[in-house]
This record gives sequence, structure tokens and C-alpha cells, in this order.
Amino acid sequence: MFAHEFVRNAWLAGTFIALACGVIGWFVVVRAQVFAGDALSHVAFVGAIAAAAVGVDERIGLFAFTLALAGAMGVLGRRAQADDVTIGITFAWVLGIGVLLLAILATSAGGASGITTANTLFGSVYALSAGAAVLAAAVALAATGFVVGVARPLLLATLDPELATLRGIPVRALGLCFLAALAVVSAESTQAVGALLLLGLIAAPGGAARVLTARPYRGLALSGAIAVGSMWGGLALSYVISALPASTAVIGLAAAAYAAAGLWSRLGAARLSAGAGG
Amino acid sequence: MTPSLSINPIDDLRQLFTYPFMVNALEAGTIVAVLAAIVGWYVVLRRSAFASHTLSVMAFPGAAGAALAGLPAALGYYVACTAAALAIGGTARGGSTGRGGYGQAGESAVIGTVQTVGLAAGFLFLSLNAAVLGGPETLLFGTFLGITRGQVLVLLLVALGALATLVAMARPLLFASVDREVARASGVPVALLDTLFLLVLGLAIAATSQLTGALLVFALLVAPPAAAQQLTLRPVAGLVLSVAFALFTIWLALAIAYFSIYPVGFYVTTIGFVLYVLARVAGPGHRRR
Repeated sequence: MFAHEFVRNAWLAGTFIALACGVIGWFVVVRAQVFAGDALSHVAFVGAIAAAAVGVDERIGLFAFTLALAGAMGVLGRRAQADDVTIGITFAWVLGIGVLLLAILATSAGGASGITTANTLFGSVYALSAGAAVLAAAVALAATGFVVGVARPLLLATLDPELATLRGIPVRALGLCFLAALAVVSAESTQAVGALLLLGLIAAPGGAARVLTARPYRGLALSGAIAVGSMWGGLALSYVISALPASTAVIGLAAAAYAAAGLWSRLGAARLSAGAGG
Repeated sequence: MTPSLSINPIDDLRQLFTYPFMVNALEAGTIVAVLAAIVGWYVVLRRSAFASHTLSVMAFPGAAGAALAGLPAALGYYVACTAAALAIGGTARGGSTGRGGYGQAGESAVIGTVQTVGLAAGFLFLSLNAAVLGGPETLLFGTFLGITRGQVLVLLLVALGALATLVAMARPLLFASVDREVARASGVPVALLDTLFLLVLGLAIAATSQLTGALLVFALLVAPPAAAQQLTLRPVAGLVLSVAFALFTIWLALAIAYFSIYPVGFYVTTIGFVLYVLARVAGPGHRRR
């Protein structure tokens, strides 16, 4: 399997993107910002189309749009957390602009836009070049490093903003930085997993880890491990079964891990209460 | 026969109603706008925009799955939206072991996971028969062309059914949405209402997304009610205002789209967004938490 270069690229980029998604995803779930992550990943799609319409590199559009939205959400919302109605209306409008750009692109460039759309929406991890894969891994690693580095103050700012402010932690700025990191990861992962499926790699491992353990650092590590495991399993599965798209396999595994975690904890709770009763 | 805008507004209006497809689109738009605005008023009140977004993208696996099975796309929309509503209603409640009983963090993780699983399934269906669907864009961004009489009738029936259900539970649902704990304490079946509301929402979204596309449902579902709730918190006035905003949005968008070459989705979302911003600027500024 590793004899092919495109497979090696996919594993390199996929591993680090999954790690970043898992680690950031745990905070996203704990901070209840899944919807914000969702909006960022959809807006990444519009950014890619906009870049294609203007004729610049896809990644410039991806990063510009996601960072701009993260900034807007951070500024509009209280404590750098926009409420869901504002998020919904804003990103629906940005998607509307995406439709317009898509129409402009379709009338000017011709047939190629359909393939671009499908790739940006659902990702094509096997289409990454060696350079793109190394870049993706580096960006993902940097984002992971940032989140792990600020994990302690960020955790306090998440769980008890008032206490964090008293301790001198810049809660608002930290929230903005976190959204920016999320935006960077969204933009980078869009190329591998796709704008529409990215959310699964953020929400499912984080949700699973949160169900399994209440301890923060263990949860963070577990979330990253589940994400990386899903990515590896998904890549291997899609290599063996050629009809199965890689993105679908990865998301399927991550969701299965979440479901299993939910079942496991419910069984554990039932056993506990049965033991207490008897 | 290309439509052209003239100086005479009466003539322009007559032009709008010349073609049957346009009449169908306007009728379907009216039905959908009324339904989405009323259901959406509760969505904004209950802060369940994320759940409704998730239900709205279910149109994609629904349509892709229906195409794979050789069934009409609209049937796939309704089945997928209903299934997702049940999945969210079932697991989000049962799995909320977190703080505060309701477990906001765990709930949104469940919703996000349901959403991506649906999308991944849709992608799988699409890749299994790529030839049948022209491309994901129409599914996701909608079209107002080619709506048939039959579709308008089905839309009307679905809208009437969904609205009747909503009217039947309007008061307890309002109570449960405004103060969940007190409602539960006074014997309102809060959990049942949650699931019922998600089902009605699923129907409304499946109907709306046939016109606006899966990703742009928000323009009709959330923007008009959110604008209305910026202006008034009184239920009846808010509902009326919300319907008025939604009708204005869809009629203006369809009229502009008719005279231009660009898709209706862009106009719907832009008008919705501008309405919301205007209402936020003009409104008295009371925010409900």
C-alpha cells in the first residue's frame, strides 16, 4: 500500500490533520462551539470557490475566508462566542455569495468547476501533492502545538471565565486566538477531508472523549488518538474497498467511535447504579 | 424569449406571471415562506439553529439515496430529514449526562456527528452512481426552475400537516421553549415536545430545501424570524412579522432571479441577511438569552 507516492502523501497529511482536528475538537466540544466550527468549514468552501473565481491559489481563499469569519464571530459575540442565530444567518449569506461565485465560474470557465466543487465539498486526500502534504502536516502540527501550549489558561477561561479574568487571563483575546486556530485547521483540512465532512473529525472524537473521561488532559489526548485512529482506519479501508470514498470511511469510523463511547458509558452507568442498588 | 426588465412596473409584473413554471415557483415559494417563517420563529426562540442546519443538509443524502434507489428525490428529502430528527431527538436526550441535565456541549457534538454521518452517506451514494445526479450544486443550492404542479400540491399538503401539528402544540411548546425547567415541573412533556418539534422542523426543512437548496434554508427559516424577534417579543406580532419578512424575501428574490442570470439562492440569502441587519440596527435591542 505504501509503495504509491499518493498514498504516502495522504497518510502524512491525514495523520497530522486528524491530530489537529482531534485536539482542537475536544476544546470545541467543551466550549460548545461546534456550530461555529461547522460555519467555518462551510465558509472554507466558499473561500475555495472565490479563489478559483479570481484565479489565485485555492489556499489563499480558504485561509482568508475562514480567518475573516472567525474574526467576525469573535468580535460580534459576547466573550468571543457568537450566538447561533448570528452565526447561522451570517454563514448562510456567505454561502449565498458562494452560489453566486459558482454561477459566475460556471458561465466563464466551463466544465472544470464541477470537479473543483466536488473536491472542495468532500475532499480528496489522495489528490494531495508531496509539497501540499508536507505543508498541511506543518500547519496542522503548528495549530496542535498552539492549542496544547495554551491548554491550561484556555481550559480555565472555558470553564470559569470570571475566575480566569480575575487571574489576569485575557479571556476574550484567548477566545479569538482559539477561533483563529480553528479557522486555520478548517482551511487546511478542507483540502483533505472536504468542507462538508470536516466537522465530523472535529465533533465526533471530541464528543467521544468527553463522554469517556472528565479529566481534561486525558480527554485531549484521547480525542487526538480517536481522530488519528479514524483517519488511519479510514484510509486503509478506502484503499482496500475502492468504491468507498476516503472521507466517508474516516467519518464513519469517527462516528462509530462516538457511538461506541456513548454505549460504553451508558453501560458503565447502568452497572454502577445496579451495584449501588444491590 | 428572454425576460427583459422595462421601465413599466405593471408590465414587468405581468411578465413574471407569463410562464407556468414561474407561477409554480411563486406558489411554492409562498407556501414554503409561510411554513418556514412560523416554524423558524420557534427555532430562533429555542436557539436550535444548529439542529435545523443539520436537518437541512440531510436533504443531500436524502436526494442522493433516492436517486440511487430510483425513487423521487422529494421522498428522499422527507425520509432523511425525519430520520435525522429522530436520531437527534433520541440520542441528544438520552446521552446528555453532562452538567445541567440538558448537556449543551454533548448535545451539539451529537448534532454535529449526525450531520457529518448524513453527509458522508450522501457522498457515498453519490460516488456509487455519479452519472445520475448532475452535480451536488443543485442539491445544495437549489433551483426554482422546473417545479411541477404535483410538487406544489405535495408542498401544500406537507405545509398544512406540519402547521396543524405546530398549532396543536403551540402553547405548551412556547412554555417549554421559554422556561424549560418550570414547564417540566408543571407537567408539560418537555422531552416529547422536543422530538415532535424536531419532526415538524424536519418536514418544514425538507419542503423548504427543495426550493432554496439544502445549504440556504436558513435564509427563510432563521433570518426572517430572527429579524422579527429583534423588533418584538410578543408571539402573535412576531409570527405575523416573521411571515411578512419571509414572503417579502422570497417574492423579491424570485422576481430578481427571473430577470437575472444568477441563482435565486444568492438573492434569498442576501435579502434575508440585509433584513436581519436592518432589524438589529432598528430594533430596541432586547436580546433573549
